[in-house]
Amino acid sequence: MLKRLLLRLISIAITLLGVSIVVFVAVRLVPGNPVAMMLGPGATAEDAAALEALLGLDKSILVQYWIWLTNVVQGDFGTSISLRQDVLTLVLGRLPATLELAFLALVFAALLGGMLAVTGTIRRGGWTENGIDLWNGLTLSTPDFLWGLFLILVFGVWLQIAGISGRISPQLDLPFTTQFYLIESVLRLRFDLTANLIGHMWMPALALALPLSAMIGQLLKQSLKETMHLDYVTLARAKGFTENQVIWREAMRNALAPTLTLTAVQFTHLIGGTVIVERLFSYGGLGNLAIDAVINRDLPLIQGIVLVFAVIFVLINLAVDLLYAVLNPRLRHG
Amino acid sequence: MDEALRTSPRATPWRLWLSGGWLTLFFGVALLAPWIAPHDPLYQDLFLQRLPPFWIDGAETGHPLGTDSLGRDVASRLMHGASVAATVALIAGLATCLLGSVLGLLAGFYRGWVDQVISRIVDIWMSFPPVLFAILLVAVIGTGLTSVIVAIIVIDWTRFTRVVRAETMAQARMDYTEAAHVAGMSRFATLMREILPNVAPVILSVLTLQMGIAIVVEAILSFVNLSVSTDDPTWGGMIAEGRVSIHQAWWVLIFPMIALFLTVLSFTQFGDALRNRFDPVLR
Repeated sequence: MLKRLLLRLISIAITLLGVSIVVFVAVRLVPGNPVAMMLGPGATAEDAAALEALLGLDKSILVQYWIWLTNVVQGDFGTSISLRQDVLTLVLGRLPATLELAFLALVFAALLGGMLAVTGTIRRGGWTENGIDLWNGLTLSTPDFLWGLFLILVFGVWLQIAGISGRISPQLDLPFTTQFYLIESVLRLRFDLTANLIGHMWMPALALALPLSAMIGQLLKQSLKETMHLDYVTLARAKGFTENQVIWREAMRNALAPTLTLTAVQFTHLIGGTVIVERLFSYGGLGNLAIDAVINRDLPLIQGIVLVFAVIFVLINLAVDLLYAVLNPRLRHG
Repeated sequence: MDEALRTSPRATPWRLWLSGGWLTLFFGVALLAPWIAPHDPLYQDLFLQRLPPFWIDGAETGHPLGTDSLGRDVASRLMHGASVAATVALIAGLATCLLGSVLGLLAGFYRGWVDQVISRIVDIWMSFPPVLFAILLVAVIGTGLTSVIVAIIVIDWTRFTRVVRAETMAQARMDYTEAAHVAGMSRFATLMREILPNVAPVILSVLTLQMGIAIVVEAILSFVNLSVSTDDPTWGGMIAEGRVSIHQAWWVLIFPMIALFLTVLSFTQFGDALRNRFDPVLR
């Protein structure tokens, strides 16, 4: 187990190094001269040379990479060109909004998928299960982008029951000291603010959750149905448990493992989806910041955001591996 | 989307016919758009702004799906948008498929350091969120249709490589591969003549999936205004305009949405149904 973990950590280090090289090279490929862009018209050749030396652009590409990497490791991601603020501060300020949205979406997906799976298992073989299969097929092939638009149209425009933009109503007085609004509102027992936050978050969260809920629903139903034929489940039925009790008390524990692994893996896709869904709902998270950064060609900011996303992805993958080892005792003693 | 999660293996011919029918219509319209579109998609008629579609009072017969906030014909823009979508689906889909499948075949068949290098690059690639990666790339190489296609190829080849590598490894362990070796066939010939035909159904189903994904990526990039120039009609661009005028003219938003939805759905369903039909194991 320890050896496995160590190997995994080394592999993570290599992956992150690779990511940093890709980001560094990609940004250097941008057409146009950054020095000329920063100085603007009317600058002399001496000015340009001085700025080049200041930015380290007169050194070789390898030296430049090394300087950049050592800075990044120390948390110095540079300064945003369009917002004129420290990149790391900007990114960390927006990250909590995105994490809260992603976790709410995960909860939605688990609840919805679980409900579909259990209903489908209880009513297996009938038209209910066929209906659930059809729904899952449709949901799975519809990207979160389209779900977001669909929700805006139905709830925002036709039914007019929900505001369709932002993270929280702007006129509210916020007592928060951190950026984790949702968690802090619960901890401070300000449930009025929690309700306001959820009111803004449920649509983007649902848009992100629906494709994942279909995957969870389909896979969990399949595993539950397989488990329902096993002897110990038959024994539970013979003892007089109802079908619902059989599923929740007996079958679920054994059927859950593959679904958990899948959910953890797919969670990275869900986080990737926040970029566009946040844009759709004008939700003030990291994804929305990323699109602004690209539109303004703010390269230091783009670099920072991509690296932070990559670190999150790698950490989630590590968590999946560990989870897998915990759930599968054969690997623990490998 | 995970391969193991594709919908049920039961053969449903109506799925193949419905999705195939829509795709035929889609490619047909895409090809013939310049001739069959009733209006110039860029022509602005400011006297005919926000005309509703035909079933609502106030519609004009010349604009069956209404007009947008600049008085342009929605139906014509939808048809020309289909051309852009079809171009992206075909070029980006096929190029991604070629690149990813070749690497997957090599990694899965030759194993060793080839596999090590390719698999490590795939790992690194997959630690980028795809949409963000696409946006980063387009920011780097500039906007435009070519950039979008290049971005899709650069990002999505891993989807083929992973699946094809796994399938090639499975096929390489089979008896027929061993038999080809014993019969004196060279390694390369075994790969091309024995293994490739057996991996092909999987490649085909990922290809249709990828075409659908390419269309969505193009729509997302034109939605955030990073794809073709704003003048050209695209579904994503129409969706972005529709999102702005959503309270005045919802039809500008909903028609490109429906077109995008049906096309993506048809691509996934068609690939699924096709694989059920041609995969001897599933049949």
